[in-house]
Amino acid sequence: MKVLVFCEQRDAKLKSNVFELLSAARRLAGSSAEVCALVVGENISSLTAELKGWGCDTVLVADHSDLGIYNVLSYAQAFASAVTEFAPELVLGIASPMGRDLFPRLAARFKAPLLTDLLAIDAEGKSATKPMYAGKILAESCFTTDALRFATLRPNVFAAEASEGAANPKPLAFAGSSDNPLKTLKITKLASQEADLTEASSIVSGGRSLGSADNFAILRECAQVIGASVGASRAAVDSGYASHDMQVGQTGKTVNPSLYVACGISGSIQHLAGMRTAKTIVAINTDPDAPIFSVASYGIVADLFEAVPILTQKLGKIVED
Amino acid sequence: MKIVVLLKQTPDTETQVQLSDDKKTIDHSATKFIVNPYDEYAIEEALKIKEGNSPCEVVVATFGPAASKERVVRALAMGADRGIVIENTEYESLDALGISHVLAALLTKEGPDMVFCGKQAIDDDNMHVPTMTAELMGWPSINVVTSMSKQDDGWQVEREIEGGQKEVYAVKGPFIVGAHKSLNQPRYVAVPGIMRAKRKPFDLLKPSDLGLDRAELEAVSKTRIESYTYPPAKPKGQIFQGESVEVMVDKVVKLLREEAKVI
Repeated sequence: MKVLVFCEQRDAKLKSNVFELLSAARRLAGSSAEVCALVVGENISSLTAELKGWGCDTVLVADHSDLGIYNVLSYAQAFASAVTEFAPELVLGIASPMGRDLFPRLAARFKAPLLTDLLAIDAEGKSATKPMYAGKILAESCFTTDALRFATLRPNVFAAEASEGAANPKPLAFAGSSDNPLKTLKITKLASQEADLTEASSIVSGGRSLGSADNFAILRECAQVIGASVGASRAAVDSGYASHDMQVGQTGKTVNPSLYVACGISGSIQHLAGMRTAKTIVAINTDPDAPIFSVASYGIVADLFEAVPILTQKLGKIVED
Repeated sequence: MKIVVLLKQTPDTETQVQLSDDKKTIDHSATKFIVNPYDEYAIEEALKIKEGNSPCEVVVATFGPAASKERVVRALAMGADRGIVIENTEYESLDALGISHVLAALLTKEGPDMVFCGKQAIDDDNMHVPTMTAELMGWPSINVVTSMSKQDDGWQVEREIEGGQKEVYAVKGPFIVGAHKSLNQPRYVAVPGIMRAKRKPFDLLKPSDLGLDRAELEAVSKTRIESYTYPPAKPKGQIFQGESVEVMVDKVVKLLREEAKVI
């Protein structure tokens, strides 16, 4: 089957998960069918070289001043012309904020089916596993057509494996989008360089027992030592100790890191749903009966204000060595 | 001015999801249903705009079982003016694209200036319907919205992306906004509001009342859920207690390094 891969970039930098998509696309296409990458942006011609050796035969490049900053309508216009030109059976993207915005629009435009945030997809590209209820259950879903279909994959789930692929660049015509009723004015950057929780490989997370926003500094110090992002429980967010974008759980973010350190989090059903797929979970809590210990790989029954600074110090020593 | 709020009833977030014995369906016999939590922010934002823009009608609509009227009545109690349930009996097999066709038919009939909904429903977690419906209408959409303000010439709207960064948009209506948690603080429902809500106009429709054909809607729904599984259980972990904190932390750090190999 022919596979088109939407290779997300911002500021002319490819998102690292793009290589997971290309590897999955190569496996799905088999040895004979064509894999085509699509890059949309401005001044992005240098990115095609990075795609060489990742299993794609060609790279469609939509390079235009109207595409310099993400906008769902102008990006959908470029994306749709790539779908029409390459005529794939399957279109893959990342379940990222951009992918989650763009793919439903493309699917609706082509009256084609869409499955998102997939944890697995079969060799025919027809059946897939997707989480529901923030991960409380998994749905075995399928496409009921062999024709054009769209899918996004959850980041950090599929392996990135290099394979032959010339990645020959091919310009994609884009006429501009001057009559767009939606204008992207800017992207506000944050001072923090932390990875988004949904993409972080490690997370240090805190609950209401932190007691104040200032006390989150204890977690930030620990996170900094191991290059982790800082998360929070809903209780901590609702108490005003942490911002909404830090919330892990059913009305927050579903996360999938290698390491999740839960500090003073009791482990409500909503919180456990959002973080239980973390590969290794460390729980620090004063209550030995806290539900968080039921999913913990390693648990410490102790006061976080005592345990976390010691943890930070010991992890710091390891990193130094 | 007319604003339509699209909402969905979902199981309460406290729900332990129960599967049927054959794992083909979710057993909702003991489920408590609520307004999808993100939809509360959508209702609140519509009501805030209504307060500053007289005259303005806020219409609340859902595509769901007849019993989801209760959720619409809650929105009427918060201050919305008129309620609609489009009954989904015999249309349960529609996927997000099929549902979006139903909602687009309603929006075509109502002709609103702007539409609000929650950024995603917390049951299927798809985040498809707001954007698909906008595309079928030929409208802009901004999803995961954390703030919006009226400008001389349209609206300025902020949407959250990775790491708490925001994309800032200027948009002219009609458009669809998907509300995120920090957009506002939804108001409490007061008893007089509940009494008034029961007297507000309410319509129970079928998709056929909107000129829709079931076979056509089923034909655009090209995904299906075959079965469900519970996520694999976690193996029992090692929990340390009763020793000095220093000793316990030491043990865990050693395990993280030598057994889990994550640091």
